[in-house]
Amino acid sequence: MPEVLKAPLVVEFPFTRSLGPVQSAFLTGLREGVVLGVRTGDGRTLVPPVEYDPVTAEEIRDLVEVAPTGTVTTWAWNHAPRRGQPLTTPFAWVLVRLDGADTALLHALDAPGPDAVHTGMRVRVRWATDRTGAITDIACFEPYDGDPPQPSGHTGEFEDPVTGIVAAARLDYTYSPGRAQTAYINALAGRRTVGERCPSCRKVYVPPRGACPTCGVATSEQVEVGPRGTVTTFCIVNIKAAHTANLDIEVPYVYAHIALDGAGLALHGRIGGIPYDEVRMGLRVEPVWTEGARYPDHYRPTGEPDADYDTYKELL
Amino acid sequence: MTSAPRDREIAVVAFAQTAHRRTSEELSEVEMLMPVLHEVLDRTGLKTADIDFTCSGSSDYLAGRAFSFTLALDGVGAWPPISESHVEMDGAWALYEAWTKLLTGDADTALVYAYGKSSPGSVRDVLTRQLDPYYVAPLWPDSVALAALQTQALIDTGDTDEPALAAVAARNREAASANPHAQLKGTVPHGEYLVRPLRTGDCPPIGDGAAAVILAAGDRARDLCARPAWIRGIDHRIEAHGLGVRDLTDSPSTRLAAERAGAFERPVDTAELHAPFTAQEIVLRTALRLGDDVHVNPSGGVLAANPIMAAGLIRVGEAAARIHRGESDRALAHATSGPCLQQNLVAVLEGEPR
Repeated sequence: MPEVLKAPLVVEFPFTRSLGPVQSAFLTGLREGVVLGVRTGDGRTLVPPVEYDPVTAEEIRDLVEVAPTGTVTTWAWNHAPRRGQPLTTPFAWVLVRLDGADTALLHALDAPGPDAVHTGMRVRVRWATDRTGAITDIACFEPYDGDPPQPSGHTGEFEDPVTGIVAAARLDYTYSPGRAQTAYINALAGRRTVGERCPSCRKVYVPPRGACPTCGVATSEQVEVGPRGTVTTFCIVNIKAAHTANLDIEVPYVYAHIALDGAGLALHGRIGGIPYDEVRMGLRVEPVWTEGARYPDHYRPTGEPDADYDTYKELL
Repeated sequence: MTSAPRDREIAVVAFAQTAHRRTSEELSEVEMLMPVLHEVLDRTGLKTADIDFTCSGSSDYLAGRAFSFTLALDGVGAWPPISESHVEMDGAWALYEAWTKLLTGDADTALVYAYGKSSPGSVRDVLTRQLDPYYVAPLWPDSVALAALQTQALIDTGDTDEPALAAVAARNREAASANPHAQLKGTVPHGEYLVRPLRTGDCPPIGDGAAAVILAAGDRARDLCARPAWIRGIDHRIEAHGLGVRDLTDSPSTRLAAERAGAFERPVDTAELHAPFTAQEIVLRTALRLGDDVHVNPSGGVLAANPIMAAGLIRVGEAAARIHRGESDRALAHATSGPCLQQNLVAVLEGEPR
């Protein structure tokens, strides 16, 4: 088997999330250097605060200020920080129960080494310099021996509360398309279109995905199809493509299903070399390759007579 | 309803799985999955057309491949259109959905499958995306770090220490020596700290794999399998998402699910536990009240092979397969989801007296 294809793939998205009233107050508080909890019906104080009691599901809105100091309830030493984590130097992950709270908050603790960390140790918030209303407004915790400062009794009312956060997410992959699609892509590099035949129903799949979705069996017999084919159906696109790779394509243009000769189903592609309003079902087309491309740029008329409807009606 | 009524008994009648490996880069999801689907159907002699309901579990985030679950359906042969469902959860929860479908009487047979390809991505980072997006995910605490916090909490209570954790790892991987599907088996060093107190040996291998089971009801099950593994009860429970709200040294959701599944009515002889990290097995043994006479993880568990999204379903399949082979009469299967055993499923399986 030839070497499988692999390529880096980055999936990245800035999630915009709106906040409920309790989350908004908590994150606005962090921006202002104040830590807020929320009181439950039975008198516990939850930090970080949530909108609904995790035990009773009761809606809870009673905000209460807690101290920026607290006690480590458990910890784990992270000698190799990963991307996005609070500190770039080795640190301890900690759950910290802040003074005045009954639950613990997850964050990082800046400490010289694992020997300097223990459950029960006293810590305080180290505030980030630039604060926006996010959990990262707490830069991390740091060891602290002093007394807890007196809370100012903040009510949780702010003039300019944050109402949303933007949480950037990025995951990096090494993508491999698998055996069947690797073979297809490798053949395309030689300007050949190679599908795979189902051993049961004999249909030739282009592009092949390794399985016949009708029969549920593996396809493996490789079959070269095309290069010519028949337009089975089409649409006229009047909206300019947003993707930068397609900015040169003038509208209106035709996007069509094309049954390559020998293929058991149609693939899709753009039709060029003919006015858009002259494209029709049954039109015979062939691929047009551009230098260095890994797939046909578009398909153009071959000049042959149109195909009979009966020859492609099963492929619609 | 959490335990099957007497007039509608449902059993696991067949189980198949891949050999789990660090990478399956030469295969797409469907190429990896399809042999397992064929194997599980062959065991019963059923064809796709004989399956009344199909349910699967997987997550596109693992491999970064959008809509991979629809491509995976190609391996089933979903034409003419089939009755089908998918959960973005471990396959054990797909099995739960299929079990409820069979309970209604709408279906007599069900195919349940699950697959996961962790190799294309960085699974420690991928799993951060399941966390609370407001207060936790922006800190990118990886799955090993969260399990390490749980482990330290358990050490602080005096319920375990590093040698005890090493013994859990060693026992599972020793058991896995007899499991041809396992990825990490035999003598494996406890290793260096990954996130202290967890060493590499306390953590599951990262790998790709797939699994499938067939469920059948009543006499249909007896026709398809010499000794069906009857599901006597199954239930799942979830705890609060806030890590600092939970007692990480206990698993009340496991205990409640086990109670509702009838696990405590009579002792089990075998338990397959979905404990990706060594300390979690200790938490689960306590919550499930498993005595020293219970055969825990004869397959080697997920410390030996952890194809995420399939690993929980494999626990059910391994427990059922032991009943099929006559090696167990009453087995417990457990599956988990979320950080630090947040959500837990317990199934109790029985074979008829021999």
